[in-house]
Parts: sequence; structure tokens; C-alpha cells
Amino acid sequence: MAKYPLRILALVYLLFLLVLPVGLVVWRTFDKGLGRIVDVLTSPNFTHAFAVTLSVSVWAVLANTVFGVGTAILLVRHRFPGKRLLGALIDLPLAVSPVVVGLALILVYGKFAPAGGWLEDHGLQIIFSLPGMVLATIFVSLPLVVRAIVPVLEEMGDEQEQAAHTLGASRWQSFRRITVPGIRAALGYGVVLCLARALGEYGAVAVVSGRLVGQTQTATLYVEERYQNYDQTAAFTTATALALIAIVILLITKLLRPKEND
Amino acid sequence: MTATVVKPTGSGTSPGPAGPVFRKRRPVGTALGLGTAVLYLSLIVLIPLAAVVWRSTEGGWDTFWAAVRTPDAWAALELTVGASLVVALINVVMGTVIAWVLVRDKFWGKSIVDTLIDLPFALPTIVAGLVLLALYGTNSPLHINIAYTRLSVGVALLFVTLPFVVRTVQPVLKELDRDMEQAAYSLGASPFTTFRRIILPNLAPAMISGAGLAFTRAIAEYGSTNLLTGSIPFETQVSAVNIFGRIESDDTTAAAAISTVLLVVAFIVLIVLDLFQRWSARRG
Repeated sequence: MAKYPLRILALVYLLFLLVLPVGLVVWRTFDKGLGRIVDVLTSPNFTHAFAVTLSVSVWAVLANTVFGVGTAILLVRHRFPGKRLLGALIDLPLAVSPVVVGLALILVYGKFAPAGGWLEDHGLQIIFSLPGMVLATIFVSLPLVVRAIVPVLEEMGDEQEQAAHTLGASRWQSFRRITVPGIRAALGYGVVLCLARALGEYGAVAVVSGRLVGQTQTATLYVEERYQNYDQTAAFTTATALALIAIVILLITKLLRPKEND
Repeated sequence: MTATVVKPTGSGTSPGPAGPVFRKRRPVGTALGLGTAVLYLSLIVLIPLAAVVWRSTEGGWDTFWAAVRTPDAWAALELTVGASLVVALINVVMGTVIAWVLVRDKFWGKSIVDTLIDLPFALPTIVAGLVLLALYGTNSPLHINIAYTRLSVGVALLFVTLPFVVRTVQPVLKELDRDMEQAAYSLGASPFTTFRRIILPNLAPAMISGAGLAFTRAIAEYGSTNLLTGSIPFETQVSAVNIFGRIESDDTTAAAAISTVLLVVAFIVLIVLDLFQRWSARRG
């Protein structure tokens, strides 16, 4: 069949849409010299922004991992009415715009909302502070761990767990000794995907964080703020750092991805 | 599989005194787990989303409709839905071509290309916008400046939606039986006829669901369009940016109304996709 034209078409499309743009920013970053890169990487606003991104991501990934494992087991191993509905609701966040996520959280947890007002009276500020950013990040990355584990749990079946039960294993023992080793690769895959989404979240965090420089500014918000302030070097360097993290994450997921037949 | 599980229970021998045998899950455990999952989902996703819909209807239908039909909001919605449709269609063609090349073609570096396809999922959207701006902005080394034009909206959306069709079509194409194609060839069908009559009908469900997912992603997009398109009202401003502006100026009721429209459009697409998938699975 038309082999070469199709190959060239596909590769040229990817070259101009993906490879050249990303490559150009990486190249421009290193073109400025290592000294400038180090200046950016050691500036207090940069390190603070990365620290915020990291702490928000860690909390969000942790919450979604616990929820993800529990819900996946619930969906695959248990029977209850409304199972299909729960499965559908878990995918819901993927269809919601990040900006709408931010708005939704403000409407419930903002200062002037009943829940948010009550929490603030009790000393817990959600919106324009870290808890809100964690909530927003949990929201956007919620389905990823569940979706990574469910197919593997289904594939695995529960014969081994049943065998463990008949041999007198407690529920926790069979979970730790049978279930966890069985889903380990898929769990790693889901967690890494979740982490990538969390580190890169921009829109939802932009809405709920208030974008306070040096306080609630994350790495992605720092990229935008630096660019808008005509500090291309910092914007490009941070973008390159985030792109390199994304590429590393891609390579890890490639290793962890449930094996496919070639 | 299930037969082997059922048999011992039917045989009547009691394996031992210890507790419920063969995984009769205690309903209490299920209820507790389900309760926790639903609570978590409600506090973070369901109640906030319900609050958006609730807020949008607060002033009644007239207020809702007035907010949606505000000229700049309506223009943004038209642009968002229109550009997303075009982008979904381009994805159907280019995504299928890329999936085809990745499955059927052999060349050096193919696995690198295969890995790169997922980059738009892993790359923060703000970075996506920035890298596109570097290549296609005012300082373009290629002397192609599309920044702040409607074309740039499309390019940003194409970037972030790239993986969807590729990743839905690719596995189907891998599983596709080559015998049918070879039979068609041996009976004298041209490559084009074979593609149209044999391959395309098999790929169509995957192409459509990939396009649907790309469309829902595109109408929701915010970060990548932010820098590249300049977000000029009536020109290049997409709905997500329009909503963002209204949140910033504390007009949350109007923001909620436009958000509700986006949510409804996305849900309709997802429900149609789900029905379509079940229908095509039944047709088998």
C-alpha cells in the first residue's frame, strides 16, 4: 500500500506539531548558557514554586492512590446496586474543564459559601490556599489510578484470593500477599500517570490558588507569570524542566505499562 | 472459570469452621467501602459540580439564558464548539494515519515515535502553549507567525488532543485479522477498495470514540490556549478562558451558566459515545 507517503505524512505532522516546538524550547533554554539556567533554578521564587507543586502533588497522589485501590477493588470484587453509575461517576472529572473544576470548588469551599465559610471560621482556609489546590489536583487526577488497576484486577480473577481465604488468611493478609503483588505494575503505572497530571495541573490551580507569587504559585503558574513579565529565560527554563520531567514520566510509564503483544 | 468456583460449594463438604467460605463478602464491608468512596467522590467532585449547576439556575431560566447569550460568552462558545469539531475531524484522519504507520509500517525509531505520542498527556498544558508560541509566535524561526489568530486555537487544541484517536485506533488495528484483507486482495480488490470496504468499517467505532474523547477534551481546554491565542474576546477567546475572566471579576453566576453549558455538551457527547459503543458491540 501507499507506505512511504503515509509514513512521511505522519512523521511530518508529528515533527511540526510536537517535536520541533518542544525541541525549540529545550534548545533555547540551553542556548542561553548554563549560568543563566542555574540562576533561574536557584532563584527563590522558582524553588518555592517547585516546592508548592511537589507538596500539592504528593498529597493529591496519596489521596487518589488510597481511593483508587479501594474503589477498584470495590468495583471489581464486590457487588452492589449502582455499580455502573459509580464507574461512570469516577470518569466524570475527565470531561470537566479545569476552569470549571476551580469554579466548582470555589462555590462550595470559598469564603462566601456555607461550607467554606464554616471551615474558615474554624481556622481552615481552603480557597486561595494549599488545601484548595490539593482538592483541585485530586479532582482532575481522580480517575487515573482506578482506571489503571480495574482491568488488571479483572484479568487476575479472585481464585488466588479465595485459595488464601480457605487456607485461613485474613482479609488483610490476602490483600497484602496476593492482591498487591498482582496489581503492583498497574498501580505503579496509575500512580505515575496521576503524578504527571498533578505536577502539570494549571487551569484548576490557577482558579483556586489566587496565584500569589511566593505563596500559592506552582511551577506551571510560575511559567505563565514569568512569561507575562517578559522574563523569557525563566519561563523557558521552567518549561524545559517540566518538559524533561514529563519525558522521564513517559519513559517510566512505558516500562510499567501492562505488557502488550507486539 | 466460574464453574470451578461453584462446584465445591455445591458438593456440601464443609471446609472448616472458620467464617464465611468462598468469599461471601460481608455486606458490611462492601457498604463501608462504598460509603467511603461515595463520600470522597461527593465532597470533591459531585457536590462542587452540583453547586455549579445550582448556581447557574439561581436567577431562573432567563438569567441563565441571558448569561449564555452575552455576546462575548456566546462568541466564545461558538468558537470553542466549532474549533473542537474541526480538531476532532482532523484527529480522525491524522490519528488514524499515525496509528496505521505505527502498526503496519516498520522504520528506525518507531518505538520512540510511539512513546512520543503520549507526550501531550504528560506535558503541562501551559508548557504546551509556550512551546507552540516559541515555534509559531512572533519570534518564529520558521517565520510562521500564527499567534493570536483563530488558527492558533486549532493548533493548540490539535496538540493536546493528539493521543486520543491514535490510542483508540492502534489496538484495534493491531488485532485486525489480516486474512480478510488478503482475501480481498486475492479477489482483485484495489488497496483503496480494501481499505474502504474491509479496514475502515472495522476501525470506524474506534475512530468515532477517539474523536468523541478528543472533542470533549478540546471544549474543556484552557492552559494551552492561554499564551498562544492571546484570548482576544470575539476573536480567539475560548469558553474556558471566558469563564476564567468571569470568575476573576466575581461574576460567578454567569460563569456557572457558561460552565453548565460546557458540562451539558460534554455529557451529551459521552452518553452518545457510550450508547454507540454498546450498539456497535451488540452488532459485533
